Amino acid sequence: MAHLTEDSESGSKRQVAGRLYLEKKHPLAIRWFHWINFPLIAIMIWSGVLIYWANGVYRLGSISLFPDWFYHPGYQEKPPEAGLYDLTGRLAEGMSWHFMLMWFFTINGILYVLYTALSGEWRYILPNRSTLKEAIHVILHDLHLRKDHPPRQKFNGAQKLAYTGVIIMGFGSLITGIAIYKPVQASFFTQLMGGYTVARFLHFWLMILFVLFFLVHILQVMRAGWNNFRSMVTGYEIVAEEESV
Amino acid sequence: MSDKNPYEDRGLNAGSVLNQLEAIDADREVKQEMRRMSRRSFIWAGIAAVGVYEFVGWLASRHEDLGTPWPFRRALDANEDLAMDYFGPKRLAPTFSKSDLTLEDVDGQVGIRSNGAYGIDDDPDFDPKAWTLTVNNVFGKDKPVQLTMEDLKKLPSTTQITEMFCIEGWSIKVEWKGIRFVDFAEKYPPNPRVFEKADGSDKPAVRSKPQNLVRFVSMKTPNEAYYVGLDMASALHPQTLLCYEMNGAPLTDDHGAPLRLAIPVKYGVKNLKRIGSITYTDEKPADYWAEQGYDWYAGM
Repeated sequence: MAHLTEDSESGSKRQVAGRLYLEKKHPLAIRWFHWINFPLIAIMIWSGVLIYWANGVYRLGSISLFPDWFYHPGYQEKPPEAGLYDLTGRLAEGMSWHFMLMWFFTINGILYVLYTALSGEWRYILPNRSTLKEAIHVILHDLHLRKDHPPRQKFNGAQKLAYTGVIIMGFGSLITGIAIYKPVQASFFTQLMGGYTVARFLHFWLMILFVLFFLVHILQVMRAGWNNFRSMVTGYEIVAEEESV
Repeated sequence: MSDKNPYEDRGLNAGSVLNQLEAIDADREVKQEMRRMSRRSFIWAGIAAVGVYEFVGWLASRHEDLGTPWPFRRALDANEDLAMDYFGPKRLAPTFSKSDLTLEDVDGQVGIRSNGAYGIDDDPDFDPKAWTLTVNNVFGKDKPVQLTMEDLKKLPSTTQITEMFCIEGWSIKVEWKGIRFVDFAEKYPPNPRVFEKADGSDKPAVRSKPQNLVRFVSMKTPNEAYYVGLDMASALHPQTLLCYEMNGAPLTDDHGAPLRLAIPVKYGVKNLKRIGSITYTDEKPADYWAEQGYDWYAGM
């Protein structure tokens, strides 16, 4: 029996006689950046909410962001201290986490961008002229408003926009974060953003955008199925010959 | 995937059955390879996930150093070292015009938001007429120096509109009037660690050689219920004021009459109200909120 041969350029593994082959999808570095980022951003959001609680002034129309039940669900039945998810009165704790992990979030983000730029991976996520049209096609297809399938590629138009957008969001969180962390030493950033209050407002809404991104991301990963999810862990996806691009 | 037999188009000639078997074999091998790689990757992923979970729990459960687990205290202190390093003594906080002042409804009147009355509302016996400022460890003095408001007002006054940032996440723009702390420190200098005279004086060089001075300043309310620690560089910053007027009116009680600290390079928590004593020291002073888990430096 012949063995799988690895293509030195694409990293794909195939058996000449067969129809299935293993397509190298995500480089090891990208998988590391991705999975390191996951707990980092989760804790950044959680600790950010602990901080935001101390001056939770934003509203969405008539909805307060956030209502009491958000900070400590079930608080009517039991004192807040007893709640597993009590997010109130923990400003110092939130700041401790936030100002420790911000370094790792930033370093991981910078390394990711550098790697993407230098390795050529940027080609797969940077939008081009046809991206917007493709993205609309993908969205209509996913909402069952359009039957024909968008052209298959590593990342479709919607993904390109989302993944490029989330890098910009990360950068936005970094500079709005600097603007509210050091509004005197880094007053340039603070002024650039229209002041401390505006910078804090933007920092908050970027967090909301990250949460929305996360929800859509999870939904789409679930829809795409196991083979796709597995490729973010192993790096490879099983592909049948005729489906390959 | 399509429903048609994927091997159909390979034809039903003599070799086709063998070809099909070979193809099925090959595909099985691909799947096996995938399983092998998956097993390895997911075991690693599992170990990493448990490791991260355990590490987060470990971090949060370390013994406390000033109200926060010690790894966080170390991280805050590292941030502090870095912040002190890039702190620019000449880098000024932005200043604003009168039309930018933050005026709010305070008990039905236009006023300045007030937050925190530690050392004020817990001190009912305080007599503003008998108030003096005690200054400890002044160069050339064996005993604490006692100063009245009259003594202080002999120093030049400064007015500035700067933004004060509350650690809770809001800010106000206020017009502060008072004495530059650096002027005060030149008149009543800290004991130096290395003595070097200022030009034309027998006193330590406060402005030109601040690095020679003791490294910290401690300020407390008269009843010592509230206290802050400051690094010398922030205390000597040209916008740090011993303040006696806000928005053109004498300080009210809830803003720290008769004298408070206005230090735009620090969070609001460091802007101590009703200063009772100032102590120059080379030991990092106690700080009310740092003891409750907050960053000691609290620099803007």
